[in-house]
Amino acid sequence: MELLLAIIAGVLYASGLYLMLRRRLAQLIIGLSLLSNGSNILILAAAGVTPGKPPLITPGVALEQYADPVPQSLILTSIVIGFGVLAFALVIAHRVNQSVGSDDIDAIGPDRE
Amino acid sequence: MLLTLPILLPLLTAAVLHLMPQKARWLRTVAFAGSLSTLAAGVAILVRAQGGAAIQVLQVGAWPAPYGITLVADLFSALMIVMVSIIGVAVTASSFAGLDPRREALGYHALIQVVLMGVAGAFLTGDIFNLYVWFEVLLIGSFVLMSLHRTRAQLQAAFIYVALNLLASAFLLTALGLLYGQAGTLNLADLAQTWPERRTPGLDAALSMLFLTAFGIKAGLFPLFFWLPASYHTPPAAIGALLAGLLTKVGVYAMIRVFTLLFPDPGAFLYSVLLWLSAITMIVGLIGALAQRDFRRVLSFNLVGHIGFTTVGLALWTPAALGGSILYVLHHMLVIATLFLASGVFLRLRRTTELDVLGGLYASHPAAACLVLIPLFALAGVPPLSGFVAKVAVVGPMLAGGHYGVAAVALCVSLLTLLSMARLWEEAFWKPPVKPPSASLPPQRLDAALVSPIAFLVSLSVGLTALAGPISALTISAAEQLLDRQAYIRAVLGDEVTRAAR
Repeated sequence: MELLLAIIAGVLYASGLYLMLRRRLAQLIIGLSLLSNGSNILILAAAGVTPGKPPLITPGVALEQYADPVPQSLILTSIVIGFGVLAFALVIAHRVNQSVGSDDIDAIGPDRE
Repeated sequence: MLLTLPILLPLLTAAVLHLMPQKARWLRTVAFAGSLSTLAAGVAILVRAQGGAAIQVLQVGAWPAPYGITLVADLFSALMIVMVSIIGVAVTASSFAGLDPRREALGYHALIQVVLMGVAGAFLTGDIFNLYVWFEVLLIGSFVLMSLHRTRAQLQAAFIYVALNLLASAFLLTALGLLYGQAGTLNLADLAQTWPERRTPGLDAALSMLFLTAFGIKAGLFPLFFWLPASYHTPPAAIGALLAGLLTKVGVYAMIRVFTLLFPDPGAFLYSVLLWLSAITMIVGLIGALAQRDFRRVLSFNLVGHIGFTTVGLALWTPAALGGSILYVLHHMLVIATLFLASGVFLRLRRTTELDVLGGLYASHPAAACLVLIPLFALAGVPPLSGFVAKVAVVGPMLAGGHYGVAAVALCVSLLTLLSMARLWEEAFWKPPVKPPSASLPPQRLDAALVSPIAFLVSLSVGLTALAGPISALTISAAEQLLDRQAYIRAVLGDEVTRAAR
């Protein structure tokens, strides 16, 4: 399970970075979102996967029987932040597209007001 | 309780600014009052930090340390908080000189408060994941501030800025995930205590490089700084001053805080990398500055070049060197923010910051020109201005430690800075105006509201020289506190926990 998650995280990082190196804003934004999803999966995998275990502690049961809730809350936080930032990046890309008529980064060009 | 104020006061001010009637004069007054009260809270924290020499800790909600949210203020944090609120006061005060009404209607003042809150939070937090969250808070605020305006150059700059900072955040998050997987905690004091036992060489190398990359992008270290000169010259002067004064320094702060706690081995590979990256940053930044023909672009490259001075002390890992770097951070925040605010004066007078069309400012406005002369030459390090004091504090320990190569680089770079600053002075102020002022731009008087924030920051930078002895003693004790990891651990976790772990 952890091996699978590690491979998925690696693929997401690689494709995210590849997309970020492209010229088009849309690809850059998709790359960013893949990258942040990759790091979420990496947090989950690095902290250890405990399938089918509850994160709540009941007295009298050994501690090994529980899932660590902290990575899940970290991931939740970073999903929320990533979502907000992604929405913002999409709005900027939309504005760029409106004012330049293209989503090529170099087409924005220097200021010619 | 006191420790929450630098975070809560800007938050409260931002909320009030959104809810109150949107009249320009009222908005500016409330924003200014908010910044002043934050400054008061910052000074109170500094007085306490410096008086008792103890590290102030607040466990929010009374949850004990490794589990709850911890706010920590040692001397370094307190000094940084005071500087942030000083720049906040100057930036909000400069809004009285008049703003683009469209921008003001879109929540300009509230956004500035959000950025100030994020920076203060990053300086106060005692938890590395919260550091990431505060980074995001201040980044979102600055993203919106940068893209409030819609000229093409500003949009392009905003996009570069957003993309690169998001990449840095992804690196930071990756490092945090790996760190948590191995250490099982994200509280900085708890990490400082347990990490040296749990770390493995491979993971250590990966983590230190991930942190170096993430913080290096934010601080603007070579080879990761290219986003900075590409974006800082487009926003209006006050926003430029806020971003240039604060954001790169947050990266430097995070680097110093995290590296002193997590990688306390002087002479490690990490620190030789950092030493040479700092030296190359100085050289490349200043050579870049000499090639530019726009006042704010020259400043942006100078900002990058001088970041090298602020990280080099961490690489040398002695109290004197680290203290010198802290002093340099304080001086540089003041001076670079002053110069970016001064570029607002050019924009008001001549509608441009291009050096080719500027000129004759000394003839037309001698008093204001003399005021700008002080930070220009303070940045270059001309004695007796604050840059000289700060450079002595940085270069002295290098010579004492036998790092002659880096010291030579630092001194040559100071010379290049002097050249670049003298050129700014010559081109913008001294040479005769390139073309006679056109009829569309009537000769303007500078109103006090535009000049007084600059005068305020200049007087503080002069004060830094006048009080150079006490302040550099303060920065050195801040550095000693940073290098004494056990004191930090004891302050946050309490004596019992520390003893139990041993």
